[in-house]
Amino acid sequence: MDLNYTSEEQAFREEVRAFVRSSLPPEIARKVLEHKRLTKEDHVRWQKILFERGWIAPGWPVEYGGTGWNAVQKHIFDEVCAEAGAPPVIAFGVNMVGPVIIAFGSASQKQHYLPRILSSEDWWCQGYSEPGAGSDLASLKTRAERRGEHYIVNGQKTWNTLGQYADMIFCLVRTSSTGKKQEGISFLLIDMRSPGVTVRPIITLEGEHEVNEVWFENVEVPAENLVGEEGRGWTYAKFLLSHERSGIAGVSRSKRELRFLKYIAAQEQKDGRPLLQDPRFLDKIARLEIDLMALEITDLRVASAEREGRAPGPEASILKIKGTEIQQALTELMMEAVGPYALPFLPEAWGEHWLGERVGPEYAGPLAARYFNCRKVTIYGGSNEIQRNIIAQQILGL
Amino acid sequence: MDFNYTQEQQLLKDSVEKFLDKNYSFQTRREVIAARQGMSPQVWEGFASLGLLGLPIPPEYDGFGGGAVDTMIVMEALGRNLVVEPYLSTVVLGASAIVLGGTEAQRRVLLPSIVDGSMKLAFAHGEPRSRHSLSQVETTAWQEGGFWVINGRKSVVLHGAVADLLIVSARTSGEGSDPHGISLFFVNPSEPGVSGRDYPIYDGMRAVEAEFSDVHVNTDSLIGVLDQAYPLIELVVDRGIAALCAEAVGCMGALNAATLEYLKTRQQFGVPIGRFQVLQHRMVDMLIHYEQAKSMACLAAVKVDAADAVERRRAVSAAKELIGRTGRFIGQQAIQLHGGMGMTDELNVGHYFKRLTAIDTTFGDSDHHLSRFAAAVEATKDAVPSPLKSRWKHLV
Repeated sequence: MDLNYTSEEQAFREEVRAFVRSSLPPEIARKVLEHKRLTKEDHVRWQKILFERGWIAPGWPVEYGGTGWNAVQKHIFDEVCAEAGAPPVIAFGVNMVGPVIIAFGSASQKQHYLPRILSSEDWWCQGYSEPGAGSDLASLKTRAERRGEHYIVNGQKTWNTLGQYADMIFCLVRTSSTGKKQEGISFLLIDMRSPGVTVRPIITLEGEHEVNEVWFENVEVPAENLVGEEGRGWTYAKFLLSHERSGIAGVSRSKRELRFLKYIAAQEQKDGRPLLQDPRFLDKIARLEIDLMALEITDLRVASAEREGRAPGPEASILKIKGTEIQQALTELMMEAVGPYALPFLPEAWGEHWLGERVGPEYAGPLAARYFNCRKVTIYGGSNEIQRNIIAQQILGL
Repeated sequence: MDFNYTQEQQLLKDSVEKFLDKNYSFQTRREVIAARQGMSPQVWEGFASLGLLGLPIPPEYDGFGGGAVDTMIVMEALGRNLVVEPYLSTVVLGASAIVLGGTEAQRRVLLPSIVDGSMKLAFAHGEPRSRHSLSQVETTAWQEGGFWVINGRKSVVLHGAVADLLIVSARTSGEGSDPHGISLFFVNPSEPGVSGRDYPIYDGMRAVEAEFSDVHVNTDSLIGVLDQAYPLIELVVDRGIAALCAEAVGCMGALNAATLEYLKTRQQFGVPIGRFQVLQHRMVDMLIHYEQAKSMACLAAVKVDAADAVERRRAVSAAKELIGRTGRFIGQQAIQLHGGMGMTDELNVGHYFKRLTAIDTTFGDSDHHLSRFAAAVEATKDAVPSPLKSRWKHLV
């Protein structure tokens, strides 16, 4: 047992560090570190830089443009990027639909879509949840009827993240209403510019536009956009979930946020001394740091098992539960740390080019909104309660 | 980065578990506890022949030269079988103090007799007023002729009554909680002036309140450097904590296995109670707590002998804090999920819970170690990580 990086792993980390240091645009890093709003262009710019270096899709097989890194190398890469304030790669293309196309797509789908995913030419979004199908996703109702060389799609998707930027959406649609509900689901790729597609913003509690409803009214989708076989969409969706796991614990980002929390707590004053020296607040930070230390080791234990070829399994659910609880606790403590200056709500100040007058310390501005926004993390990607069901069934055999 | 055991370590794990499964059933443990000594000479002999007693002792003193990960493996197995033998006192604390602080002559004489099972030790450090502090030492030792004269009282000395030799801390200069001025001595419990009250503790082990009045020991009984034993004591205790964390993980794993089995077999409302979601989710939380605890026991084992004392303290205290919390959760929930049966003395569940409760309060509870960890939390000085700073200047 050795928890230190080997000399090869250290050399790899230095290589990644050198790249990030020279290539990550500082104005983007600064936005990430200070919790400012990122634009579509910020994301695409960084993703193109990664693409040019050949590091955009570490999880893909090498012949499709992957890096061939093992799980520990991926962990190091995530860690270095997060530490420096690199934006996370938008998952929908590279981490979600990409692996599904690689595993189940046709030759022409691979040829057309994969290079465009790698180069960020297409921005992908996800059409899974519906108003009546959340945790019970398989009860989804959006219909796709085969007519000649097309599917005609009607229905409504919701909680669609950043679809306002998207060129393409991958959807779970119902192609059959007979038999088991899982068996009537298909996996369809739809051009967001198709006539009949409408994107309507959902404003979330912190006031931001991050998610949407997407409506489909008699949308014509070429039959060749079906991935794999009709009626097998549920299987592909489950496969996709198992590939969404890399970095699911969010340890590297949480370490960065913990570091920032300590910065804030060192600036803020309580009773004439830094808040960081207040035993009550320090205890909260310390306990959270200990939980994060443990999660990092747990994450590495899973990664290390994966490197040795043991299949990644439902233990990803453990990482998701604990990781998101820690992420939420961090946003909560940061907001708490700035006290009354968490109250001013000036969303215009979180973007670029704001020259107006600030209220309170610059770091305080976005913290309450982040706290509110971060309540989502225990809900999305399979709520933490659904994750507990998965663990109960698949690990514990209950 | 490697979480695997070596082939030798895997062999060690298998052989300890096999030995205990064969020789340390729950019923055997009951008999051991009921006997006056509170330990089993036969099992101790078995440990000696398996090589467990010489595990952390260098080969030149007949030991096996193992490290903290080897100790972790053994302690986890001891926790899994709720072993009450004086392994921690003798092999982890006692042998460590001698290996790390003893003179060559002391090592030559004492270590081989630990290895062969003929010598058991107890670590007499805590005092009635010290609580979890390691530097609050009021027992005194002064020099008189060719002797050290020791006076004072040591509290809750684990396995004190079966020890052939005590390791006693005493103040040789300074006062109160000054870390400087503490020294360690070997004291033979049969020495005139040594008395003790032996009593059971709630987890099935035994301890002693020891009194020292004008106890004369030879000058060569001093361990390590006069007045400067504090760093040695701290390191020995940190090793003890890392070992306790592993033992706790063994207890937690056994409790989770028993609880899961119970959820699958106990029928109510016509179904196994594990069919109820509220119990499933509780069991999942117990599993998550266990995985986090196991991670921290590994971290403590890997870092406890780190050259950097700050790094060592941070890891050991973080582990002990988390183990205290997770042990309490798993112990309490295991009883809750076993319902009335969890309340009985008959079932092993309550016994694991009691051991976990005792581990939390041994060598500092969660609160104590949270404070020790927090003392090492450092402020972040800059908003921007240093590697990027130079490139940011033009932005500011």
